Amino acid sequence: MAWRPTATRAGLARRAEILAAVRAHFAAAGVLEVDTPLLGLGAAGDPALASFPIDLHGSRRFLQTSPESAMKRLLAAGSGDIYQICKAFRDDEDSPLHRPEFTLVEWYRVGFDHHALMDDVATLVERILPALRLERATFAALAQRCGAPDPRLARTDELVAWAAAAGFEAGPRDAADRVLLLDFLLSEVVRRAWPRGQGGFVYDFPVEQAAYAQVRPGPPPVASRFELIIDGVELANGWHEIEDGATQRARHATEDALRRARGLPVCAPDPRLLAALDHGLPACAGVALGLDRLAMLVVAARDLDAVVAFGRDWT
Amino acid sequence: MASYSTNQFKPGLKIMLDGDPCNIVENEMVKPGKGQAFNRVKVRNLLTGRTIERTFKSGDSVEGADIVDVEMQYLYSDGSEWHFMNPTTFEQLQTNAQVMGDAAQWLKGQEMCSLTLFNGAPIAVTPPNFVVLRITQTDPGVRGDTATGGTKPATMETGAVVRVPLFIEEGSLLKIDTRTGEYVSRAKEE
Repeated sequence: MAWRPTATRAGLARRAEILAAVRAHFAAAGVLEVDTPLLGLGAAGDPALASFPIDLHGSRRFLQTSPESAMKRLLAAGSGDIYQICKAFRDDEDSPLHRPEFTLVEWYRVGFDHHALMDDVATLVERILPALRLERATFAALAQRCGAPDPRLARTDELVAWAAAAGFEAGPRDAADRVLLLDFLLSEVVRRAWPRGQGGFVYDFPVEQAAYAQVRPGPPPVASRFELIIDGVELANGWHEIEDGATQRARHATEDALRRARGLPVCAPDPRLLAALDHGLPACAGVALGLDRLAMLVVAARDLDAVVAFGRDWT
Repeated sequence: MASYSTNQFKPGLKIMLDGDPCNIVENEMVKPGKGQAFNRVKVRNLLTGRTIERTFKSGDSVEGADIVDVEMQYLYSDGSEWHFMNPTTFEQLQTNAQVMGDAAQWLKGQEMCSLTLFNGAPIAVTPPNFVVLRITQTDPGVRGDTATGGTKPATMETGAVVRVPLFIEEGSLLKIDTRTGEYVSRAKEE
């Protein structure tokens, strides 16, 4: 029976150094480390995420796909700046860059918008990858760089035509799925926007990809969201957070509609998160960064097995 | 033919794309942002040999291609068709010059070849990795020039032209690597 670790001792040492650098970064900035439950009431609403259900004495609970809900409850209760290093669980994810169980660092800075948070992410990442200078460009500008239409303004039929030319094998129902086409466009930006060894932030997303980011009215309206890409690998997703329960409920309704259209299960949102948002979230920005992927880039590997002690241990 | 879901994609899987059989060379899962998962695949078209990239929505299905590789013995060519036989069933198949491609120049008869069949019809022929052929024409080598590493063209009995060392003489038997088209060594007379 193969029982040995997939990572080398040196790989694990680099991983430990990165964790220490992350904690040092937040200690210096006065951000509080917290630790919230991984088992919760709510499943992910995001149609692209699948939560693992857990049978807890006959009740259905879910392993958390990120600690977002619990951390926002802390913020609503007045925690101030917080960060957390924890495991997250996502079903249906298994590839050299995806695992059903992975480690992330998620943090929230009170009073920050998405630009101030990008500064913070850049400071942390450039400390860990000192050779890197992270560029910053809007999604629309990077789409243009890749010869794609403007994701905020393009008509759906223009997106369909471009996607077909870019090698997307659309299924029969996909031509009407604007979110799907924008996701494909983003996937092309991720791999083509920067050459190997370089990277940066893509920011200001079309409203269809707002997730839980604030939307600025425009025109055209844009979501105050960003993503960090290095070496064609997505490392972090962050945004200027929605602050109220009504907007959050509206986003859940949009997610549910897309889940129904795609034939996916629909789950009630976490009632404690909604109650906390009804109480009110302080103005803040939050981001989650994949620590396994960051460690993988540090050791110049292309498979997460190089930096997790026991890669694919569930197989 | 069965269809395959993207989660069954792996290198070597044969699928139909745009009506042509294709071989998956690479398969990568991508999941942009918090969005939809995709499978980005590099596939080689088995009819044209061209490699292209395609992206599928994860969970979609694609029709499989009815592709099998069979070992058959080359019998003869009548100039327009090349004839092969399954040595166990004695079933025979014919194919043309386009499908034969470079394979034709290495075959004199009796060789066991690998035929790739699409819906039962040959689309590619792979000769044995090594063949032994006699030189029918080559210019005389330069005396004393055995060690300089120079080469000259030699025409083989099948018509193939191979670069050979200068000391090799007309009428010699040579072992040739069909994958590179290169001279390997002299072969013994049978």
